[in-house]
Amino acid sequence: MSETTAAPAHQFETLEQQREAATLGMWIFLATEVLFFGGLFMGYTFVRWSYPEVFEQASHRLDATIGGVNTAVLLLSSLTMALAVKSAQLGKRNALVAFLSLTALLGILFLGFKAIEYHGDYVDHIVPGIPSYHFEGPSAPQAELFFWIYFAMTGLHAIHVTVGIIVIAIMAALAWRRSFSPEHYMPIEVTGLYWHFVDIVWVFLFPLLYLVGHR
Amino acid sequence: MNAIELEPSPALQEEEPGNYLSESHTVASWLLTTDHKRIGILYLYSILFFFIIASFAAATMRLELLNPQGSLVLSETYNKLFTIHGVLMVWFFLIPSIPAVLGNFTIPMMIGARDVAFPRLNLLSWYIFIGGGLFALYSIVSGGVDTGWTFYTPFSSTYSNTHVIAMAAGVFVAGFSTIITGLNFMVTIHKMRAPGLTWFRLPLFIWSLYSTSLIMVLATPVLAITLALLSLERFWGIGIFDPKLGGDPVLFQHLFWFYSHPAVYIMILPGMGVISEIIPCFARKRIFGYYFVAFSSVAIAVLGFLVWGHHMFVSSQSVYAGLIFSLLSFIVSVPSAIKVFNWTATLYKGSISFETPMLYAFGFIGLFTIGGLTGLFLASLGADVHLHDTYFVIAHFHYIMVGGMVMAFMGGLHYWWPKITGRMYPEFMGKIAALVTFIGFNLTFFPQFLLGYLGMPRRYHTYPPEFQIFHILSTAGASILGVGYLLPLIYFIYSLRYGKKAGPNPWRATGLEWQTSSPPPKDNFLRTPVVKRAPYDYSPFEEEHPQNV
Ligand SMILES: [Cu+2]
Repeated sequence: MSETTAAPAHQFETLEQQREAATLGMWIFLATEVLFFGGLFMGYTFVRWSYPEVFEQASHRLDATIGGVNTAVLLLSSLTMALAVKSAQLGKRNALVAFLSLTALLGILFLGFKAIEYHGDYVDHIVPGIPSYHFEGPSAPQAELFFWIYFAMTGLHAIHVTVGIIVIAIMAALAWRRSFSPEHYMPIEVTGLYWHFVDIVWVFLFPLLYLVGHR
Repeated sequence: MNAIELEPSPALQEEEPGNYLSESHTVASWLLTTDHKRIGILYLYSILFFFIIASFAAATMRLELLNPQGSLVLSETYNKLFTIHGVLMVWFFLIPSIPAVLGNFTIPMMIGARDVAFPRLNLLSWYIFIGGGLFALYSIVSGGVDTGWTFYTPFSSTYSNTHVIAMAAGVFVAGFSTIITGLNFMVTIHKMRAPGLTWFRLPLFIWSLYSTSLIMVLATPVLAITLALLSLERFWGIGIFDPKLGGDPVLFQHLFWFYSHPAVYIMILPGMGVISEIIPCFARKRIFGYYFVAFSSVAIAVLGFLVWGHHMFVSSQSVYAGLIFSLLSFIVSVPSAIKVFNWTATLYKGSISFETPMLYAFGFIGLFTIGGLTGLFLASLGADVHLHDTYFVIAHFHYIMVGGMVMAFMGGLHYWWPKITGRMYPEFMGKIAALVTFIGFNLTFFPQFLLGYLGMPRRYHTYPPEFQIFHILSTAGASILGVGYLLPLIYFIYSLRYGKKAGPNPWRATGLEWQTSSPPPKDNFLRTPVVKRAPYDYSPFEEEHPQNV
């Protein structure tokens, strides 16, 4: 898969410089993302600190089983992504295409489970903002706030997963067309960084939203 | 005159080489350009457009305030005017002003690179900026917003009947353009420096823009998510800022100022960088305390994240939190003071000349110092209770934003104008404009300190008759200030055609950007420069003119 000796883009002197620039750029972007999600985590912290019992109570209504399975799915996809980067380093084109496709499929599987879960929430009347929403109890308003935060955080995360799947699919197509080589696989590496970030966000979301009530 | 010997640069072409302007004149060549210099100019036109709209909003307000009863516009219109003025000036003029125009143009040249690290991303950031601007314009044209630029809840989320979501969307989108610009600058400064250009050989403008970029990428996303939550609150009532569901409107203020205080430094650090370039050049002296000036930029960027609570001394914040925030706000003023001391020390025994950029730099130092010191009044818990939400606050931040940043922007624009266009602006007119701006500015805003101290609250369009004299002075000053801004617009356009040819280095400055032709070729340098010296390697007047001693 190394039929081309790729040249650096016009503004760079060497491929190495280009690779370092792209990687640094992605790290800075991820720092931005941390702060972007950070605002939501701040809101979560504030509300949970104000109403800890309501959070435990409302959290029980979420489907921790699907959440747990989804955690496993995403962690597995991080493994396949890491293997994809390794394959790119070694110049194994078929393995690269396979691992990228697997990662994208696991991402789609995650979204599938997520859709099933959202539907379950709908059937359970805990989707706020629509007429079917219903929650009994003295602290119903605060519980509604919990569900809003749950949908805002998982929704924003799902958008990030979707973007990741699209980018990984494009990378898989490029890899299929032999666009990468052991000298030039920076886009794969950078995509991998993004995907791991998306997984890590979920690793925080899962216990904060699903496991608060479980002791 | 032994001008040839003074010129340290090798290989200056005698013949006119092609430059980035002459390369192509088609509209497409501008709209699809990835050249950082052309993108800088695209930004220049765009922010000028928003500046003009926002200035008209300000002018209308000043006219309204001539009369204590406010007989020119309706109360609602007045609220919309100050919102338009604030939103456009902050996000569509000040934040992109020096970074996206002068920074875009000069950073790659100052570090000896052909372009920024991600040229296509750079162009994308401009399109995103325009996209954000269209949302904002839509919001204005369809009726405007009356929340003020701060969008405080619960008014913005529940009670205002205006186009808040469209305006918030505009700011949200423009924020991503800021983030991309900051990211691009950081990577560029890390990875694209010419051989020999170590961190401590970098011009201080680069240090200040690096610090600015740090704030851009770390603070702007918090604003984005806050405005997204505000829009969701308004559209669906998700409750996070709504006490009915257990949310808290003050949480919005915390999140907003966690961005907006650092954003104040996005709007002043680049100005400080420009001043650090101008002062050594027109004092013909090495900058005093290079390391202090460089690290004070970084210190401002870091400390700036820890002081947001000084906007909430009277918004239900605990007294102890207030004490800490007050202390931290005093501490953040130290690095700014360090800069002022170092600029002043640079002037000491310098061979000072008073070209236009230097006049703006002097204006900056004086006005920024007043703005900074009055900031300390506001950072004191007791004084702030009296001064909070009065014209004192307005005057304070206009001394920083207009007296500081806009002065620096004008100074920088004059300083780099010969590089950007290859032509000199008319020097005499430049000096007049700088002077008119300075006088107009002080007449506009100094009376507002007094107004605020006497108790005139901000955002009111009617007031007790005893305040009228101050408002009349302020409006008179604003008209003079307007002339000060109009003059450069006229003579800059004039100079494009009739200005005398600048040559590569009209200021005999030492920065790398002056070692190439004016206007520069598309790739900035004919060959990559190698840096062997520290910046600001200016020699005193006597050494440059031995015959005069
Ligand atoms: Cu502040």
